[in-house]
Amino acid sequence: MNVLLEAVGINKSFGGVQALRDVSLTIRQGEIYGLIGPNGAGKTTFFNVLTGLYAADGGGFSFDGQPLDIAAPHLVAAAGIARTFQNIRLFANMTALENVMVGRHLKSRAGVIGAVLKNAGTRSEEAAIERRAVELLHYVGIADHANALARHLSYGDQRRLEIARALAMEPKLLALDEPAAGMNATETGALRLLIEGLKNDGLTVLLIEHDVKLVMGLCDRVVVLDYGEKIAEDVPEKVRRDPKVIEAYLGGAVA
Amino acid sequence: MNTHAKPWQGIVLIALVLAALPFAVGLGMGNAWVRVLDFALLYIMLALGLNIVVGFAGLLDLGYIAFYAIGAYLYALLASPHFGLHWPTWAILPLGALVSGLFGILLGAPTLRLRGDYLAIVTLGFGEIVRIFLNNLNSPVNITNGPQGIARIDPISIAGVPLSKPLEFLGLALPGVYLYYYLFVLLALVIIFISLRLEDSRIGRAWVAIREDEVAAKTCGINVRNVKLLAFAMGASFGGVAGGLFAGFQEFVSPESFSLMESVMVLCMVVLGGMGHIPGVILGGLLLAVLPEVLRHGAAPVQKLLFGKVLIDPESLRMLLFGLTLILVMLYRPAGLWPSATRKRELSA
Ligand SMILES: Nc1ncnc2c1ncn2[C@@H]1O[C@H](COP(=O)(O)OP(=O)(O)O)[C@@H](O)[C@H]1O
Ligand SMILES: [Mg+2]
Repeated sequence: MNVLLEAVGINKSFGGVQALRDVSLTIRQGEIYGLIGPNGAGKTTFFNVLTGLYAADGGGFSFDGQPLDIAAPHLVAAAGIARTFQNIRLFANMTALENVMVGRHLKSRAGVIGAVLKNAGTRSEEAAIERRAVELLHYVGIADHANALARHLSYGDQRRLEIARALAMEPKLLALDEPAAGMNATETGALRLLIEGLKNDGLTVLLIEHDVKLVMGLCDRVVVLDYGEKIAEDVPEKVRRDPKVIEAYLGGAVA
Repeated sequence: MNTHAKPWQGIVLIALVLAALPFAVGLGMGNAWVRVLDFALLYIMLALGLNIVVGFAGLLDLGYIAFYAIGAYLYALLASPHFGLHWPTWAILPLGALVSGLFGILLGAPTLRLRGDYLAIVTLGFGEIVRIFLNNLNSPVNITNGPQGIARIDPISIAGVPLSKPLEFLGLALPGVYLYYYLFVLLALVIIFISLRLEDSRIGRAWVAIREDEVAAKTCGINVRNVKLLAFAMGASFGGVAGGLFAGFQEFVSPESFSLMESVMVLCMVVLGGMGHIPGVILGGLLLAVLPEVLRHGAAPVQKLLFGKVLIDPESLRMLLFGLTLILVMLYRPAGLWPSATRKRELSA
């Protein structure tokens, strides 16, 4: 299988804390790739470096066969990487629909002049943006709440809305930071189906998740970080038996 | 959008009211009040410009009046005996929008990384710098004529007809304040139209997105730097147009007109009306432009009526009541007098 994302020797420290130490990993086209590790292992930091929110101290990425420019988040987005956040970051006072419409920013082009004149081109572009956004709300199952403010959605719906917004970008890689956090069993089940569906549609998913059962059931391959270092990278069955991994999770939480 | 009534009925009604307003005000209360109306329209344009920066993009700008000043001085320099230039209005106003827009980018660029209080302080500084420049650019080369300001500015003229002189129309002579009123209404409508269109567009959504969560906006692929600069430029260009109109209307400009107090006033209009909500901002501009005048003229007669004599100087009472109004509105309607449905929900939830 083709490699979609390759990280080489990523380093990142905050003052004295080395959050990422020489992390290298490879994500293949079309797989669900899990990123796990105890709290504070550096998982979110990896996302933040990858998406250009934090500058790396060293190392680099190649994405889809090309070096990835991580100088600014919007460049990473333009390259085809969309993400969600561990602490949900929606546009709280916009409606669910508008949130997803913002996700179409890169796939549309109207500027000030187009907006003011509202010519045929702008009108059809706006209509297409809205149509796609509605489709995505249906896809993640929250179309009923299209006109509700994002901040008024339930926790699980907010997580789904964030995924819909990310999907609106038509990314090549979807990076999800603990999407099941705070969800109940039913919601987690629905989420799992959603992610499997994305994979079936050919999307590559990078998944940080705490729910070990979910990760092990869902992921094709898993990487384990501990204190910023990669301690294992393999298929779930092998990773869960890796002594280093078991030790990192205090002897056996990965059952 | 108005879907129940036939839209053209609403438009005709509004047009009639706007056309009749100066007559009702002028005949009922005197032409001085039409002049107040003219100023209210300028303030509405300013408030709508600032609304793009503060209301949509969420960038607290305390130096906004600088763009009004730039538009006004541009007009003054290009159409007055000061340099002996007498450019036509139709050339100066678009140029004013452009130059102010460029200054918007210039002053916005260094503030891109700042938010909230810090942004407010830096923009406040910029506003003051512009005013201080205007005050002091009279030596060694006299550009702005310093604190004395620039006088004998050409009145605005349309197709060669200066708006300062009464115009014979259907047998009645329309005074200059009426003519200016109609021009200002027209331009205010253009600015309202542009604001509405921008709000409901890809650009408008990008502005609101960075207001709501800049990090999330970035990861959605929005180039936050460009989008913020665009907000500064658009807002500033409205201010520049209003400034040019102000200069031609007053036929005089001086740095005094562009103090921090004016920036605060425009910000109050935006906040009190309903930040980010265009109808609210228009209402805020109208009320805050008219209210001080009402208080100025009403304070003395009311006191006479109540106490038989004037106890408190109307001028000081005016600011007192004005401040009190602001406090009361913010206490009882924290989202503004006429907030958008969204913001109302935000504050009540
Ligand atoms: N912005 C930051 N400033 C300082 N330290 C940080 C920052 N972000 C993360 N860290 C530190 O880096 C380490 C890794 O954090 P994080 O990547 O959030 O872990 P995880 O997502 O695996 O739980 C932690 O020790 C955390 O305190
Ligand atoms: Mg984390």
